[in-house]
Amino acid sequence: MAVVVIKDLCNGCEACLDSCPYEAIEMVDGVAYINEACTMCMACLESCPVEAIISEEREDVPVGVAKEDFSGVWVFAEQRMGKVSSVVMELLGEGRKLADDLGEVLTAVLLGHGMEPEARDLVAFGADEVIYVDDPLLAHFNDGPYASVLSDLITERKPSIVLAGATFMGRSFIPMVASKVDTGLTADCTALSIDPETLDLLQTRPAFGGNIMATIICPRHRPQMATVRHKVLVPAVMDKNNKGEVHIIQGLDGKTVDQRTEVIEVVEEIMDTVNLAEADIIVSGGRGLGSPEGFKLIEELALELGGAVGASRSVVDAGWIPYSHQVGQTGKTVQPKLYIACGISGAVQHLAGMQASDVIVAINKDPDAPIFDVANYGLVGDLFEIIPQITRLLRTAGSGP
Amino acid sequence: MQIVVCIKQVPDTTKVKINPETNTLMREGVESIINPFDLYAIEEAVRLKEAHGGVVKVVTMGPPQAGSALREAIALGADEAVLVSDRAFAGADTWVTAYTLAAAIRTLGQVDLILCGKQAIDGDTAQVGPSLADQLNIPFVAFVRKVREVADGSMVVERMFEEGYEVVRLPIPGLMTVVKEINEPRLPSLKGKMRAKKAEIFTIDRSALDVEDAFLGLDGSPTRVVKIFSPELKKAGEKWEEDPGEMAAKLVANLRDQKII
Ligand SMILES: Cc1cc2nc3c(=O)[nH]c(=O)nc-3n(C[C@H](O)[C@H](O)[C@H](O)COP(=O)(O)OP(=O)(O)OC[C@H]3O[C@@H](n4cnc5c(N)ncnc54)[C@H](O)[C@@H]3O)c2cc1C
Ligand SMILES: Nc1ncnc2c1ncn2[C@@H]1O[C@H](COP(=O)(O)O)[C@@H](O)[C@H]1O
Repeated sequence: MAVVVIKDLCNGCEACLDSCPYEAIEMVDGVAYINEACTMCMACLESCPVEAIISEEREDVPVGVAKEDFSGVWVFAEQRMGKVSSVVMELLGEGRKLADDLGEVLTAVLLGHGMEPEARDLVAFGADEVIYVDDPLLAHFNDGPYASVLSDLITERKPSIVLAGATFMGRSFIPMVASKVDTGLTADCTALSIDPETLDLLQTRPAFGGNIMATIICPRHRPQMATVRHKVLVPAVMDKNNKGEVHIIQGLDGKTVDQRTEVIEVVEEIMDTVNLAEADIIVSGGRGLGSPEGFKLIEELALELGGAVGASRSVVDAGWIPYSHQVGQTGKTVQPKLYIACGISGAVQHLAGMQASDVIVAINKDPDAPIFDVANYGLVGDLFEIIPQITRLLRTAGSGP
Repeated sequence: MQIVVCIKQVPDTTKVKINPETNTLMREGVESIINPFDLYAIEEAVRLKEAHGGVVKVVTMGPPQAGSALREAIALGADEAVLVSDRAFAGADTWVTAYTLAAAIRTLGQVDLILCGKQAIDGDTAQVGPSLADQLNIPFVAFVRKVREVADGSMVVERMFEEGYEVVRLPIPGLMTVVKEINEPRLPSLKGKMRAKKAEIFTIDRSALDVEDAFLGLDGSPTRVVKIFSPELKKAGEKWEEDPGEMAAKLVANLRDQKII
């Protein structure tokens, strides 16, 4: 495959030149020419008003696998400290739809220790089948054993789709699994569906810092693997009447697993009890807070709302709050129901991490701050005057009848 | 310690804009930079070298232009630069990138530690590091925010997690991907810049690698981009500029009405 210009169609308008993030298009003899810097990202295709740029599929497909040997939708049921993460319910909700569209079985795969009740709960959340591998070695996440066990299961049982959360855990070891089973992996998806013709999984994700969306397929390899962003898909609802089988695999059964890395200690350091990725409400503070003490206001409001505390990079760099609170391109991507940005200017790098939130509130004294361009509710004014009022209103209402 | 740092040259995506009429990327004024996360990987490698001795090699797979990113890395303290470049490598997805980089790194002799950035800001995948570790069959830790100690045959590092961090022992040879919290990258020194100008860039092409053509470039890539489109942009909603108390009350009332709180 390659991105090519149909010379006879090209009218030399140069519209494509600017659309290439890699400077791979130049004009040669009055027509567009794609040079060797092309990464085939295809960002240029839509820029051409006369549709002279196309992607050309090669006829002789090189390698691949027998797709018909693979069946079933798998969800990796991530757990931390013996508790199944909430992203798993979202994966099960979406996985159910995909499995139904394909007429295939939905399987949840749980790796842990002493988690039989949790394994059974996965059936109530819609799994037709649960594979639970129970071993002390799997109680706590470690890349090596997890990658070994999951890739062995995939090789033995041949699912056609494997989904995992785009969490620290998923983004850490799932790429190793994909590499071990020699298949493609699409990171950080925000939408999934089945192509009705080819039955391939259509995996949509943001790229270029959220500036464009790309739909990606894995046409010749199986399984089709994707990590999926937290908080974008609709979670499955628990229904105790759901029926399904739970297969418990006790121990690693003499299998050799990669144990080269060793987890020595686990340290929790989030200031509040709610973690950012899980939170439905986030109150974030920026340089406008003036000093580390300013975060008191943010914490009070977050507490009142039952939300988590976020921050811009400036204040993290200034040491006002730990990096684990940073939202944005180099921090965390969040998608809560409500995001309240206080004293944050709204630099693109910050927006990249939070603009997908359902409702955005901005409090800033500069009416021209870019944060207002994405805010559903913009409050122009001094945060030191506004935030305490909001907190007080919530507090008085909370204690009322 | 023999350290390899994998870096990628990327368009500065923070400057990429969308043309609202055609819904396509506008590249104007967007320069190519070293992937910001890779700067932390370079810095950490140079610090490890300064503390424990050794050599830092920067490796990139990309078009010939990517050589400028390698020179920049030399200015920042790297010792040697390797450009993995061939038309046959173009259009590689993360699986193929890791496959090709692994083959290139195998030609470099002894390697004790490989450092990658957490993710590249063009694709934002964070997949090349772990995939590379698997291809080379070495242990790995992602999202490292601190190197605590380097002992004989292993290192102790802190790995970020949602709720905090974990302390992990990584045997050597091993690979880690780093987050920005790990250090504060230095600016290029004058001496570094001079060295960068004169530095020789060692180029590896298809013929130098023990790889199969079927696994290279776009054709070898398991994944395919089938469509590119613009995200729905968020539109500004209401903006108030009134008495703080009134705004607070209006906000709370609106959020309550919509059952958001
Ligand atoms: C490669 C790269 C990656 C980056 N990644 C991130 C990232 O992940 N996350 C991130 O956030 N940033 C990131 N940045 C930094 C980003 O560009 C901005 O510098 C940063 O987001 C600004 O933080 P801020 O809004 O808190 O500070 P400022 O830009 O200084 O804004 C402070 C705002 O507070 C307002 N204000 C001041 N006083 C008051 C008051 N009393 N009441 C109300 N409002 C007040 C001001 O009007 C101003 O708008 C990155 C930058 C680069 C180059
Ligand atoms: N073409 C490449 N050449 C060298 N290193 C790369 C390349 N692509 C990715 N990397 C490394 O892998 C990391 C993760 O990239 P990605 O998986 O593309 O998000 C980057 O920070 C680099 O360290």
